[in-house]
Amino acid sequence: MTRKQKRLAIIGGGVGFLMAAVLLVMFAFGQAVAYFYVPGDLAKAGLAPGTRIRLGGLVETGSVKRGDGKTVTFSVTDTLATVPVTYTGILPDLFREGQGVVAEGTFVAGSPVFVADTVLAKHDETYMPKDVADRLKAQGVTLGGKENIQ
Amino acid sequence: MIIELGHYALVLTLATALIQSVLPLLGVRRGDRALVELAGSAATVSFLLVAFSFAVLTFAYVTSDFSVRNVWENSHSLKPLIYKISGVWGNHEGSMLLWLLILVFFSALVAAFGRNLPETLKANVLAVQAWIAAAFTLFILLTSNPFARLVPAPGEGRDLNPVLQDIGLAIHPPLLYLGYVGFSVCFSFAVAALIEGRIDAAWARWVRPWALAAWTFLTAGIAMGSYWAYYELGWGGWWFWDPVENASFMPWLAGTALLHSALVMEKREALKIWTVLLAILTFSLSLLGTFLVRSGVLTSVHAFATDPTRGVFILAILVVFIGGALSLFAFRASHLKSGGLFAPISREGALVLNNLILTTATATVLTGTLYPLVLEALTGDKISVGAPFFNMTFGLLMLPLLFAVPFGPLLAWKRGDLAAASQRLFVAVGAGLLFAAAVYYAKNGGPVLAVLGIGLGVYLILGSITDVALRSGLGKVAGSVALRRLLGLPRSAFGTALAHIGLGVTLIGIVAVTAYETETVVEMKPGMLVDAGGYSLRFDGVRQGRGPNYTEDTGHFTVNRGGVKVTEIWSSKRLYSARRMPTTEAGIRTFGLSQLYVSLGDEMTGGGIVVRIWWKPLILCIWGGALVMMAGGIVSLSDRRLRVGAPSRAARTARLAAGAAE
Repeated sequence: MTRKQKRLAIIGGGVGFLMAAVLLVMFAFGQAVAYFYVPGDLAKAGLAPGTRIRLGGLVETGSVKRGDGKTVTFSVTDTLATVPVTYTGILPDLFREGQGVVAEGTFVAGSPVFVADTVLAKHDETYMPKDVADRLKAQGVTLGGKENIQ
Repeated sequence: MIIELGHYALVLTLATALIQSVLPLLGVRRGDRALVELAGSAATVSFLLVAFSFAVLTFAYVTSDFSVRNVWENSHSLKPLIYKISGVWGNHEGSMLLWLLILVFFSALVAAFGRNLPETLKANVLAVQAWIAAAFTLFILLTSNPFARLVPAPGEGRDLNPVLQDIGLAIHPPLLYLGYVGFSVCFSFAVAALIEGRIDAAWARWVRPWALAAWTFLTAGIAMGSYWAYYELGWGGWWFWDPVENASFMPWLAGTALLHSALVMEKREALKIWTVLLAILTFSLSLLGTFLVRSGVLTSVHAFATDPTRGVFILAILVVFIGGALSLFAFRASHLKSGGLFAPISREGALVLNNLILTTATATVLTGTLYPLVLEALTGDKISVGAPFFNMTFGLLMLPLLFAVPFGPLLAWKRGDLAAASQRLFVAVGAGLLFAAAVYYAKNGGPVLAVLGIGLGVYLILGSITDVALRSGLGKVAGSVALRRLLGLPRSAFGTALAHIGLGVTLIGIVAVTAYETETVVEMKPGMLVDAGGYSLRFDGVRQGRGPNYTEDTGHFTVNRGGVKVTEIWSSKRLYSARRMPTTEAGIRTFGLSQLYVSLGDEMTGGGIVVRIWWKPLILCIWGGALVMMAGGIVSLSDRRLRVGAPSRAARTARLAAGAAE
């Protein structure tokens, strides 16, 4: 092969690979990302059943109920709307009533219940995930749970 | 008083760094030896100053001096000594000081061990290092002063975040920073070469040990962080594709590419421009990682906007250094003459493929990490880009690379013979397939992809051994001759083989855990039995205990196999008193390379407790593989050829000839 051909082969291969990578990334963005919603957004969002989302808000006080030991139901609220959630597994250490939570999962067709497969309560000492705090503040909800600030 | 001295030392560091960033450059221009030599002494002085400053902060932590705001915010008088010390870098200000300490430490190393560097190159490199040091010292002094006082001094501190009170996290940041910041030396070498407008194979030989050392530390830091997340967070996961993790993973990927391209440059004088660009990009990704983690932009774009001083400052550093270096690159790259021709099928070709795939993979990780930030800033929509995205893109893109890895060392420089290489790998491919078939049979089927993944891992390991075995003539010559030849091989050959074997081992671990782990969530009462991974766990009850700064409930489990007691597991939930923050201390027992992992959930009315039990087959391979990779890095570093300094032209030509003959 001449120098030019060699270079073409390498560049061609590289560009081909890059194109494949770009297509793959675009495809994955369409398939594998989850949007964040608070309960009040859901009515106007018009989600297709089975769409994977992240649902954030406050765990409604008094709503946490343990089922047969593994399954827990609770409600997530942003004070405008409330969504019942079921989750099977161990809740994170920082999960508690009246405080912020992010649940990831899907709505089952024909049911208002959100089935979460992941529950996150990963946040700072103000007991509020940043995503949730931002959205609740935007809706004028006053935030509590600052017990740890001295 | 001592605190103020620590602060003052930082101010002096800034002054020293400014001198070191300007005068040596002038010296090089004017041919003034005194100014050129100043660079080395300034680097040493900077290091001593920052080391003093760091020691002062450590002293404040050890003596629980709560008149220092930083100590009050992150320490507690009852905390064990080791966590008082690790608390120094368990917070923003202290970790930036550690970052700076490591940066000036590397500069001092360049000054001390760079005797055989050309004087002008060394002065330029140290000047560029000093630009970075000056920028970060200014950042610490203006936005993140760890020595700020608190008047009146509180009696007790607020304690370090409990999940950070762990031996893993005591070591993780220093290792990670040694890696991150180690790449600054490669960056400085690249910029210095661009300033001089001259670059040759010797440049690559000087840069490679730094890249190798930084890469080895970064590997250790990432593996350590992953293991820490695994046992401390209590979720049983070892990698979450979390932006903070990605921030350390991107420089690792780019650094891996840099190691390989510098090899081509050293041996064949090819890929010069590309190697310089990679050196710049790798450190840029380290800076980006620092920005992502330190600016608060990750939790929310708005968090960044509400307290912008730190974020904007690091962003400015990022823009100036990356932008400046890339502009310099754009102006000067055409001055660098490219050398060595090679055919697409050759050792160089294989290394180009490696670089192509690794940089593309880095770009996908970068896209996945930054896209949510960009989208939120533009539209306000919040999305989470998690494991499914990265598995689909990164995972798929890396597959061809994994298959190609053993081919690289078997191809000759300039023009390789793919058919011959395939023939030599016949045994490895066969063994991989056989092993896959055996796993398939043993597991009564199971996911085909997982079986093939394990086969791929076995092939990687055997293929990497193949190279070393062939070079020693194993099987062709008498055993003693082969052994002698084997011992005579350059250390870097073993380094390469080890690093590639480590990759295979990690792959096997990842695939095995992903495909074959079992998870059981169950409410248990004392006396109840649960099976996991062929073991039977009996729950014996919970008892309460108390540590220095926490209270805990510990669940006790007896592990039986075939009715015989094998071991016991204690798993606990702690409540740290100062922050009233609960943490999970998972109970983990190792069986060979696999682990049983038990974490406690909530107590139920009626005396039961929710328990989560995982069986994690071969999970230790994930970090074991990283250890083997690090061993590869260390062995390569010990290679004589890397330690021998600037060789004379004759010696270099001879070595090039020897390299070509290999």
